Amino acid sequence: MSDEKPKAQESPPKKDAGQIFIEEVTEGPGRQSAGWRRILNVIAVPVLAIFTGLVLGAVVIIFTNLALYEALRVSIPEGLRVAWESVVVAYGALFTGAFGSPQEIVAAISSGDSAAVRQAFYPFFESLVAATPYIFGGLSVALGFRVGLFNIGAEGQLFMGAIFATYVGYSITGLPLFIHMPLAFLAGAVGGALWGFIPGFLKAKTGAHEVINTIMMNYIAFRLSDWLLNGPMKRPESFNPVSPMIEATARLPRFFGEPIRFHFGFIIALFVTWLVYWFLWKTKWGFSLRMVGSNPRAARYAGASVFIGIIMGMTLAGALAGMAGGNEVLGVNYNLAMAFSSGYGFDSIAIALLGKSHPLGVLLSALLFGALRNGATNMQLKAGIPIDIISIIQALILVFIAAPAIIRTIYRLRAPAEGDEGALLTSWGGG
Amino acid sequence: MTPVLELKGITKRFPGVLANDHIDLTLEQGEILALLGENGAGKTTLMNILYGLYQQDEGEIFVKGKPITVHSPTDAIREGVGMVHQHFMLVPVFTVTENVMLGEEDTRGAGILDRKVAAEKVRQISEQYNLQVDPDAYVENLPVGVQQRVEIIKLLYRDADILILDEPSAVLTPQEVTELFNIMHSLVEQGKSIIFITHKLKEVLEIADKITVIRRGKVIGTTTPADADQNVLAQMMVGREVQLEVEKELPEIGEVVLEVKDLLVEGHHHYVAVDGVSFSVHAGEVLGIAGVQGNGQTELVEALTGLRHIESGQILIDGKDIANETPRHITEQKVAHVPEDRQRDGLVLAFSIADNLMLNTYYLPPFSKGAVLQENVILESANRLVKEFDIRTPSARTPASSLSGGNQQKVIVAREFSRPIQLLIASQPTRGLDVGSIEYIHGRLIQKRDEGCAILLVSTELDEIMGLSDRIAVMYRGEIVETLSTADATKEGLGLLMAGVKGGVEAAQPS
Repeated sequence: MSDEKPKAQESPPKKDAGQIFIEEVTEGPGRQSAGWRRILNVIAVPVLAIFTGLVLGAVVIIFTNLALYEALRVSIPEGLRVAWESVVVAYGALFTGAFGSPQEIVAAISSGDSAAVRQAFYPFFESLVAATPYIFGGLSVALGFRVGLFNIGAEGQLFMGAIFATYVGYSITGLPLFIHMPLAFLAGAVGGALWGFIPGFLKAKTGAHEVINTIMMNYIAFRLSDWLLNGPMKRPESFNPVSPMIEATARLPRFFGEPIRFHFGFIIALFVTWLVYWFLWKTKWGFSLRMVGSNPRAARYAGASVFIGIIMGMTLAGALAGMAGGNEVLGVNYNLAMAFSSGYGFDSIAIALLGKSHPLGVLLSALLFGALRNGATNMQLKAGIPIDIISIIQALILVFIAAPAIIRTIYRLRAPAEGDEGALLTSWGGG
Repeated sequence: MTPVLELKGITKRFPGVLANDHIDLTLEQGEILALLGENGAGKTTLMNILYGLYQQDEGEIFVKGKPITVHSPTDAIREGVGMVHQHFMLVPVFTVTENVMLGEEDTRGAGILDRKVAAEKVRQISEQYNLQVDPDAYVENLPVGVQQRVEIIKLLYRDADILILDEPSAVLTPQEVTELFNIMHSLVEQGKSIIFITHKLKEVLEIADKITVIRRGKVIGTTTPADADQNVLAQMMVGREVQLEVEKELPEIGEVVLEVKDLLVEGHHHYVAVDGVSFSVHAGEVLGIAGVQGNGQTELVEALTGLRHIESGQILIDGKDIANETPRHITEQKVAHVPEDRQRDGLVLAFSIADNLMLNTYYLPPFSKGAVLQENVILESANRLVKEFDIRTPSARTPASSLSGGNQQKVIVAREFSRPIQLLIASQPTRGLDVGSIEYIHGRLIQKRDEGCAILLVSTELDEIMGLSDRIAVMYRGEIVETLSTADATKEGLGLLMAGVKGGVEAAQPS
């Protein structure tokens, strides 16, 4: 900040709630201090939100445990012991389910049996497999935010990507892997891009809001996939609405033997993360898209086309979500079934928010969500805690991310300097 | 006699800034106190404390000798302190009476509004202070000057004795300013007291009984118009000697650079905003467009820079028609544009200063090579411009949002002036800036003119228009009503033309 209080007499440009929200999730203007302090500023709220989400998740685990009420009837210390134990068992199972059990890993390595080693590392790699679609989806929503667009349509774009990738995967035969696999993967991106382009075009041309239109496009994609799986894309020999298996040449290669499903899609996801970062911050196209997202009027003044920017933003966001769909079909399922996605597209919104719409943040959040999702299965198995607890924790994290004031109040964090009362007042027309 | 208002040792800290540093202020009954200071000096913060929008960290407020605490504007009004903000807070579709009643409605039992009683009170106030406001008029149909008087009535209706006027003349024509000053005199004659916030030196000398100058949150001194002149006040405000008048040589007029023929532009809701305007600007001259805000200047500039669609007419730059071309195409014809609203149009506040310094040339070499931005080149160029244009910032990587208004404007000026240009379109280039920044930007403009650039200057500040222009065109209701040479123009004559007075043409010529 300069030596004086600059904002007191200038009314800032009027913003609607959406703009304020998007600024909040993309760090907004003027919150950058130097070096590690800046990084600390950026990650403080997400990290504390995760922590708080886990703590409150523990509270839910404790109070939904019927054994607690039995134990409380015996004595209060007994109740506390049971409560503590239930949390330790649950989160312990969550951890080993997500990363593997350290003892098993040590034992397997010392035994030298490769099957046992694979088994021991299976949970860890399975977390990466679960994280992969989250990375693509999170990038999709994050890129949208950066261009000032709220892409609720990642789920529909993901379905379209899956449909396109599946079709290319089974209908074309006789191609070598190094052509067929990339082709099928790109087909997924194209399917998603198409589904992003439509609401993008509608917004650019008519101003129709992308939130409404992407939601509608989701429904169209769901019903379209239902129809395809019951009709043109139905596997001939099956009674269920599933597509034919894709060709082996279209599959994303796996790196290890059974049961590890870790596949090439994760490597692509890492590359695409870097690509999105490079595109947004290091190229002139990214510069103009971010300009459109941050201040469309100034973008117009500076000669960038807002029309093209919005269409490009939605199309690219769609392509990224489409990759998530392609990744699931080509790397994990090898066919398309109804309801193949467990809401990856919707979780992606949470991931983009948690990652502050930065590719690196998205990557880290996706890994966390992948680990939570994967570990939850083990938690259900070992501790009998329903898998839905993870949804509760995710929802709590999201609430704290969306309302950072709560986290700042709990942990006495200072609000970013520019967001002080002066700014608040001028936004109310006071100053 | 006890002063009607006394501030003692008011201190207000914001994170990293001392906005008010032990400020003492005294206002006597029936006095007009001018509070003078640059933007960011702490005037508005101080008044917001008095008005209950902020709480002071230290210090006390006395009204008629009695210490008071204000937590909200409601408290302030109860103590008889009222404020007219720079931006009015009126409901356009309500009548004057309804606006005045709002928040303090008279009712006839059962919550039914009693407009009659209120309207009578408004009429009475209006007559008492010679405000000439019709209680039944709709606010949206009133000129800005009258709307301001409605704001004043709102305060008088609530029995305010101390009126704070925040930059009241910023939105008015010269005639309206004179009327406002008459009203202010009539108010103090009848026992009200006024604090008048401004950074305009001439007005202070004209109206104030006492002048208190604030700089960097501190009271620098208190004086009276009899003991001070513009130079003394400017020096107190800025802390150094200031060149108030722009020094310039006679223009060396060259070829026609911009020629506009029969331009017709529609504004929002399809009314005709620019109605068949024709003019030309030569290399090496400044053509000033004078006019009250909202007479088509904004739309004219947007049309010239490709931001607004043109219905008919021609815009020739160097003889080439650029009507309805894209902003980028027009920029590439060596046209620079300093936009009217720097934060809305001219800057991306979230971006760094370095990014803002190449906002409209980022896609060209040397800033981009192929598709890739050349970060080193961008940063080097930015560091050079920060130094050359004296942009006060810790670093070129700092976001533009953290700069003061004057420095934000310098970023735009640096960007637009540092590339080769033949035409400069500057819209309100010094609006809201302090004396020091205005001096700097005026100097740069004249320097560009002397380098042979054609300059179209749009401003609602008559002093600015008269100080910089070689020729002046006056816009009224979308038309250029008169174009005259600056030597032939008088402030009064221009003021009449701006107000649409027909006889203004004759009056504008010195007799």
